[in-house]
Amino acid sequence: MSARDEMLARISAAVGPVSAHSGETSAQSRQVSAGDLAGETAARYRTRGELSGPALLDLLVGRLTDYRALVDRATPVTLADQISAALRRRKARRVVVPPALGLPLPDFVTATRDTPPFLSPAELDAFDGVITRAAVAVAETGTIVLDGSPDQGRRAISLVPDYHLCVVEAGQVVHLVPEAVDWLAAGRPLTWISGPSATSDIELERVEGVHGPRTLEVVLVSA
Amino acid sequence: MSTFLGLPARRGLRGTSPEPALRGLRGSRPEPVHAPRGVGHLRGSEDFPAAARRALSDTQLRRNLGKATATIRAKRAAVVGELPDWEELRSAGQAIKAETMANLGGYLEQLEAAVTARGGTVHWARDAIEANNIVTRLVQAAGATEVVKVKSLATDEIGLNDALAAAGITASETDLAELIVQLGHDRPSHILVPAIHRNRAEIRDIFVAEMGDADPALTDDPVALAEAARRHLRRKFLSATVGISGANFAVAETGTLCVVESEGNGRMCVTLPRTLITVMGIEKVIPRWADLAVFLQLLPRSSTGERMNPYTSMWTGVTPGDGPQSVHLVLLDNGRTAALADPVGRAALHCIRCSACLNVCPVYERTGGHAYGSVYPGPIGAVLSPQLTGVEDNASLPYASSLCGACYQACPVKIDIPTLLVHLRARHIELQRGARRVPSAEAITMAAASWVMADPGRFAGAQAASRSGRLLGRRGTISALPPPLAAWTRARDAPVPPAQTFRQWWHSQHRDDAEPGPSSQADRDAQ
Repeated sequence: MSARDEMLARISAAVGPVSAHSGETSAQSRQVSAGDLAGETAARYRTRGELSGPALLDLLVGRLTDYRALVDRATPVTLADQISAALRRRKARRVVVPPALGLPLPDFVTATRDTPPFLSPAELDAFDGVITRAAVAVAETGTIVLDGSPDQGRRAISLVPDYHLCVVEAGQVVHLVPEAVDWLAAGRPLTWISGPSATSDIELERVEGVHGPRTLEVVLVSA
Repeated sequence: MSTFLGLPARRGLRGTSPEPALRGLRGSRPEPVHAPRGVGHLRGSEDFPAAARRALSDTQLRRNLGKATATIRAKRAAVVGELPDWEELRSAGQAIKAETMANLGGYLEQLEAAVTARGGTVHWARDAIEANNIVTRLVQAAGATEVVKVKSLATDEIGLNDALAAAGITASETDLAELIVQLGHDRPSHILVPAIHRNRAEIRDIFVAEMGDADPALTDDPVALAEAARRHLRRKFLSATVGISGANFAVAETGTLCVVESEGNGRMCVTLPRTLITVMGIEKVIPRWADLAVFLQLLPRSSTGERMNPYTSMWTGVTPGDGPQSVHLVLLDNGRTAALADPVGRAALHCIRCSACLNVCPVYERTGGHAYGSVYPGPIGAVLSPQLTGVEDNASLPYASSLCGACYQACPVKIDIPTLLVHLRARHIELQRGARRVPSAEAITMAAASWVMADPGRFAGAQAASRSGRLLGRRGTISALPPPLAAWTRARDAPVPPAQTFRQWWHSQHRDDAEPGPSSQADRDAQ
C-alpha cells in the first residue's frame, strides 16, 4: 500500500468514512461548508468593518506608526513631492521598481525596472531601496498586502533591499482582516506586511530590523 | 457532506452500523500507529518529575522564564482586549478545526489536487523516517549540500537536521532563536521563542564563540545581536538553492500554503531559493480560503501579542517567474492519525502552535520547556506528545499540570486541555491496570484514604498521626516520605503537616461556641 493510501486508510479508520469531497467541485464544497459554518459561528464574528472615510485612514496611520512604520499623508497633487522628499531623506539614489509602478519619480533617482530575465538576489542587495504599490491595506492591524501585480512586482524585490517605500491609495484601505481576505485572490503569491521586520527572540524585547527591509515607509494618498 | 455538524452525526451513524460491535476486537480496525522510537524529538531521556526537579534548581532559568512569560502575557492581554469579537473568533476557530478533523481525509485529497494543479508536488509520509528520506532525496535531486530553514516544529519533531547531516547536507536555521539554539548545541524550550531560556548575555557569548564571523567586541544589546545574525545569514540567503519550511496553514480549497513570521527569514526561505520543500503535519489543513480570516486574527494576538505579525507569506504551487519554481509539500502523519482515533484526544490536533498556553501555565513558567522532553512543551505538549508517541512513552506528561485551567482560557481555538489531561491520565491508568496483576500503590492508597475519610473518628486520628511528620520535614517541606507514601514525594515535595489541624484551631478559637460539627447551627445555615 502506498503511503498515501495507508494514511488515508488510517484517517478513515479513525474518524469514519471520508466525505465525498474529492468528487465535488471546489465551488460546491465551499457552498455547503460555508453555509453550515455560517449557521453555527461564522456570522458571529465581524466580517464587515464600521469605519470609513477619515476615521478609517486615521486608524491605519495610527496602527502603522505603532509598529514603527514611517507614514506620510499625500494628495494626488502632492504625491510626487512626498515621494521625492521621502527618497531624499533616505538618501536613496538607486532604487528597484516593479514592471509597471506608474508613479512619478524624481530626477535624482535611478530606477531599475525588474523585468525578465529578472534581477538576481545579489543584484537586488545592491539597491538603496524598492518602491511598490499595494493590493490592499488593513487599518485595524496596520497591515499592507502585496499580491505580485505589475505595480508591486516579484516578492524578492520588496524583500532584499533594506528600504521599502509603499504607496497606498485611500480606496485600497479596509477596516478588518476578513475584508482583506475576501478581497484578495488566493492564487497569487501574497505578502502581508505589518511594520518593518522585527524579532522578539531576545528576552521578548521587540527589535525592529532583522532580515527583511529594516525601514518601511508608507505614503497614504487621499483626496 | 462536509459539515461541522458531521462529526457527531457520523458517530451516530456508525452507532447503528454493525461495525461498533467489532470495535476493540483485534483485527477489526487497524491499530493506531504512533511516531516511531529512535528518531526525532518527541521523547525525553528522563521523565518529567526528574527533569523538572533539575530545571527548578536552575535559578537563572527561572529568572529568564519568569521575565519573558510575564512580558508576553501582558502584551497578549492588551491586544486580545482590543477585539470586541474575540470570543466569537475563538468559537469559529474551534468549529473550523473540529470540522477539519471530521473530514480530514477529504480535505487532504482536496489540498493535494489543488497544489498539484498549480504545479506543486505532494508527498505523503507515514512517519518521521519516511519524511526525512523524502526531504533528503529532494535536496539531493536539487544538487544542494546546504539548505536554509525557516523555524518549523514539524521538521524539529522528525529530527530532519540530523537526517540531513547524516547525508552530508548542512541545514542552517535562520530564525534568530533557532539560530541561538543551533549555535548553542541546545534544544528549543518554547514553541514561539525557542531560546526563551537564554538571556542576552548568554546569547552574546554563544554568538562570539560559535558564529565564526561575529565581532569579539559584540555587545549584549538585542539590536546589536540581531544585526550580527543579519550579517551572518545574509550570504546564505542570497546564495541558497533549497529552502525548507513548515506551514501554519494550508487551504484545501485553493492549495495555498501560509507561513507566519516576524523577521523576514521566512520570506527569504520561501522566496529566494529555486526549490522549496514544506513539511506539514496533516492536521494543519484548513477547509476554505475564508477560514484564514479567523486564524490570521487568532494566531498573532495569541502568539507574540501583536495585532499582526510583521510578515505572512502565502503561495499556491508555482508562480512562473516569481519565487521557487520547484515546490514540494510533504504531508506528515507520525502519530497524528493515532491521536485522531481518540474522539476526546483528537482536540489536541486543533492546536495552531501559538504558545499562549505555555505563557500562562504555572508549571511551564517554573520548569521551562526542556523538562517536557519533546518539541511540544507546556500544556499542549503534555496532551499532544503522549498521543503522538503512545501514552506509555510519555506517561509522566499528562501529570505535569495542576489542572488550574489557565491554558483552556488562553487557547485561541478553545482546546479543553485540562479535560484532555485527565482523559490521558485515565488512559494511562487503564494501560497500567492492563499490565498489572496486583493493584498499584496508588490504588491501595486511594482505597485507604477513602476508608479513613469515611469516618470522622478515623479522620481525626489520621490527622493527629500526620503531625508526627513535622519531625521529618526541614524548611517547610518533606522531599521523601517513607513507603508506601514514597510514590507521592517522588514527583513532588510534601508540605510539613501543620502543628494544629483546622479542627483543633477552630476548637481553640471558639471555646465558648457550640462544638463545630454536623450538628452545629452554623453548619445547618450554610447547608
